[in-house]
Amino acid sequence: MLQFMLLFSRQGKLRLQKWYVAHSDKVKKKITRELITTILSRKPKMCSFLEWKDCTIVYKRYASLYFCCAIEQNDNELLTLEVIHRYVELLDKYFGSVCELDIIFNFEKAYFILDELLVGGEIQETSKKNVLKAIAAQDVLQEDEAADGALRDIGLL
Amino acid sequence: MAPVRGDGMRGLAVFISDIRNCKSKEAEIKRINKELANIRSKFKGDKTLDGYQKKKYVCKLLFIFLLGHDIDFGHMEAVNLLSSNKYSEKQIGYLFISVLVNTNSDLIKLIIQSIKNDLQSRNPIHVNLALQCIANIGSRDMAEAFSNEIPKLLVSGDTMDVVKQSAALCLLRLFRTCPDIIPGGEWTSRIIHLLNDQHMGVVTAATSLIDALVKKNPEEYKGCVSLAVSRLSRIVTASYTDLQDYTYYFVPAPWLSVKLLRLLQNYNPPTEDPGVRGRLNECLETILNKAQEPPKSKKVQHSNAKNAVLFEAINLIIHNDSEASLLVRACNQLGQFLSNRETNLRYLALESMCHLATSEFSHEAVKKHQEVVILSMKMEKDVSVRQQAVDLLYAMCDRSNAEEIVQEMLNYLETADYSIREEMVLKVAILAEKYATDYTWYVDVILNLIRIAGDYVSEEVWYRVIQIVINREEVQGYAAKTVFEALQAPACHENMVKVGGYILGEFGNLIAGDSRSAPMVQFKLLHSKYHLCSSMTRALLLSTYIKFINLFPEIRGTIQDVFRQHSNLRSADAELQQRASEYLQLSIVASTDVLATVLEEMPSFPERESSILAVLKKKKPGRVPENAEIRDNKSPVPNSHAQNNAQNNHTSSANNANASSDLLGLSTPPANQSGTLIDVLGDIYSTTNGNSSVINNSKKFVFKNNGVLFENDLLQIGVKSEFRQNLGRLGLYYGNKTQTALQNFVPTLQWSAEDALKLNVQIKAVEPTLEAGAQIQQLLTAECIDHYVGAPSIIMSFRVNGGAIQKITVNLPLTVNKFFEPTEMNAESFFARWRNLGGEQQRAQRVFKAQQPLDLPGARNKLTGFGLQLLDSIDPNPDNMVCAGIIHTQAHKVGCLLRLEPNKQAQMFRLTIRSSLEAVTQEICELLVDQF
Repeated sequence: MLQFMLLFSRQGKLRLQKWYVAHSDKVKKKITRELITTILSRKPKMCSFLEWKDCTIVYKRYASLYFCCAIEQNDNELLTLEVIHRYVELLDKYFGSVCELDIIFNFEKAYFILDELLVGGEIQETSKKNVLKAIAAQDVLQEDEAADGALRDIGLL
Repeated sequence: MAPVRGDGMRGLAVFISDIRNCKSKEAEIKRINKELANIRSKFKGDKTLDGYQKKKYVCKLLFIFLLGHDIDFGHMEAVNLLSSNKYSEKQIGYLFISVLVNTNSDLIKLIIQSIKNDLQSRNPIHVNLALQCIANIGSRDMAEAFSNEIPKLLVSGDTMDVVKQSAALCLLRLFRTCPDIIPGGEWTSRIIHLLNDQHMGVVTAATSLIDALVKKNPEEYKGCVSLAVSRLSRIVTASYTDLQDYTYYFVPAPWLSVKLLRLLQNYNPPTEDPGVRGRLNECLETILNKAQEPPKSKKVQHSNAKNAVLFEAINLIIHNDSEASLLVRACNQLGQFLSNRETNLRYLALESMCHLATSEFSHEAVKKHQEVVILSMKMEKDVSVRQQAVDLLYAMCDRSNAEEIVQEMLNYLETADYSIREEMVLKVAILAEKYATDYTWYVDVILNLIRIAGDYVSEEVWYRVIQIVINREEVQGYAAKTVFEALQAPACHENMVKVGGYILGEFGNLIAGDSRSAPMVQFKLLHSKYHLCSSMTRALLLSTYIKFINLFPEIRGTIQDVFRQHSNLRSADAELQQRASEYLQLSIVASTDVLATVLEEMPSFPERESSILAVLKKKKPGRVPENAEIRDNKSPVPNSHAQNNAQNNHTSSANNANASSDLLGLSTPPANQSGTLIDVLGDIYSTTNGNSSVINNSKKFVFKNNGVLFENDLLQIGVKSEFRQNLGRLGLYYGNKTQTALQNFVPTLQWSAEDALKLNVQIKAVEPTLEAGAQIQQLLTAECIDHYVGAPSIIMSFRVNGGAIQKITVNLPLTVNKFFEPTEMNAESFFARWRNLGGEQQRAQRVFKAQQPLDLPGARNKLTGFGLQLLDSIDPNPDNMVCAGIIHTQAHKVGCLLRLEPNKQAQMFRLTIRSSLEAVTQEICELLVDQF
């Protein structure tokens, strides 16, 4: 089970955090700080896994963003790398060549997409098509509401 | 940047841009505070906000929170959004709740109500939003509120697949908080049968849930094994086109495969049914075969997904540990990965091989890769990979390759990363001990360890080498010779001096025949290190010297001179001072026979599990790779190994505590140390550490007679006392801890003339000057004439460096209970007396709070120390303590009974005292109350 996922920039700025185990804000901040420092100090060719406290950290860098997951000792490291990759693919498909700015300005979307992929720290849906379908359905609901609102505004509804 | 679909929030985008444009941290904080003030006023204002505005502000708050700032309002507005009929508003409300609301929030009831409504919705998107929120928060309240709905959603025929997926994982999350949420009975089979579901997404989510349920209740869910094997079999034989979107980079359903393989690791063996077992082995073989096929894609995603399944299959093969051919094939496959160019694969291969090394079927196969693994340890660029290589070498070590592996590890240790040195030292020490056929080799290895990585050699390691040398006669001469040579290095580690000191003190005579290591040479060599060492090591060396006096009477004079040296005899360190003066006296007064008896060779240590192993386990709980023979119980030494292995970690660490403390008895002197060597200040080492703090122990001395009574930066006062009938004798020891003499040093007794009629105390005068670092003794005698209250105290007045007079007042341990004589009696006479002393004036009772944690054995010790006889098997409740004693005064004898009843639940004690004299009853009660 995934304990948490962090997205942060090369400059060490946290862009997204998702916690699947309960910690106080103070502990979360401490963990985040520690991990960002540790990972940023590692060299590119180094192993993507590291033992950390009683879990394993799996991380990968995509352009200027680091994606970092903490998993339990018996969880599959390689497949966790692919959970990260699948998430990146989903963001990429949704935003159209995603960049760090998309995640900054649309952080709520990034959360919604993640919630379709993972629930309670376990993978919910591995099919890219199905996740995108679910997100699209949400967007349609929103657009309908927006259209309703516009119609209401001009007195047509 | 792509235009955002759905409805964007312009205000939010502007705010985010503003923040990004801030040139400094201060500017950012200013902008944020402005925004927070704005939002607060909007929320507080009279004008009702519409949903869109609420959503926008809540979203801004969320953004501010994610920047790392604390948010303490807006929760209510977010909860309001949950019941909005607009999906986009509801969704933001849920997001805020899952990120910001903690499980104890007062709002949880409102949130639960909104979730209830959404779960009833006909729109699956709303239902999923609610389920995801439950899974995010996962509190006990939620588990209780939804324990009916969610299992129904999961197995109902009407539920849509997407909802089933969320429901399965939501239930899993709640199950982790609250395991009784899962209904049993017919539900079990319905949940298991989700493994047969048409929809791969449902099966994947359900497998995670079932895995957790099986861990809790393997028997009930046993039916899942054959279903899981069938499902796995269908996946591994599928072509990558069969599974459409569940194929990931040409690998069919890697997530589901891994989960099924994990699920099967919960049973051992996975199944009794030979058919199912056959099919499972076929699956595993197919996975191994596929690993040999050329890759279908050059992308790393393809190889990662494929190898993720392969590693999980290997985990299952190792877990089953029954099919020799599969184990050997797995080992060969991992061997190939050891030279793969992907660091990740090399790391995982080393890790997996550690487990293979502990199986009897594959241990030999792993050993074939020894050279590559040694290269990995030396050459890998990433320290975490090197660490894995070290772990694997440790795991694959056995009698046949021990010498080579230990040597390679020693070589590597010289350049190894600081972060892994300590652990490597432990591993080398364990392997050397375990596989030593020739103990000279073992001694060489440990001395090398100290030479190469002395700073990382923990106490346990050098304690252990001494235990082994002492227990094995054949190696003692060699050890003495080798350590003597090692000490000749110009710079040698203090740990080497410790081992050297100890071993030469015991066995220096074995090499004394050689003129190059004659007694005087040995002594001079050790003493040349003396001044560079810490006081712990010096104390050890002083013991070595007194042992030398016994072994080599011819150098006695030289050694006595060393004891006499000012720096020893008057050392500021009490332990050194004490050892120097006592050893000196011993060497002067004791006859040769007495010396030989007192300083006899140490007896053998009881054989026990190496305490080092316990240290290693403690360092990395759950992560210590096993060394093959540890598991097989084939270990040659020590003899008791097999039994000890059977015990769990817990006991072995308890062993370890004993093992490490009793070797030298330095850090924690045992209470009964004062056998041959009179140990006035027995626990000085344990109390002198906090130098700057003032220690005033008088309260504790109600229960004991000897120890440190008082200590501050300047002065230490120790006491030793003994009592017989109504007479007592006290020795007070004043130690000057400073570098200058204390002048006008006058201790004055504080005890009124009236009190003196009941307790007569005589005190001898002392010299008015207490030299730097010196200790003087003052004798007191006490005679108890009649019962009394309180205790005399002593006022120390003195000057330091001609400064103002300082005064210190210390209560003397002369309370009336010191004149107790413990009295044994049987139940009958106890109860007879108890009833006789039932009068109002004879009883006293107090109830008081226990010290944390409630310590019953400690309380028993205290009562004995107080001077009473503990009478067991008188009170029907074994926790209650019942005591009796007689106070001796010249005028009369006062019988006294006590009962102390603990109340574990309330963490309280009830104390009852009965005695023939009211004043005594009250005083005893006062002395004991609040002391437990």
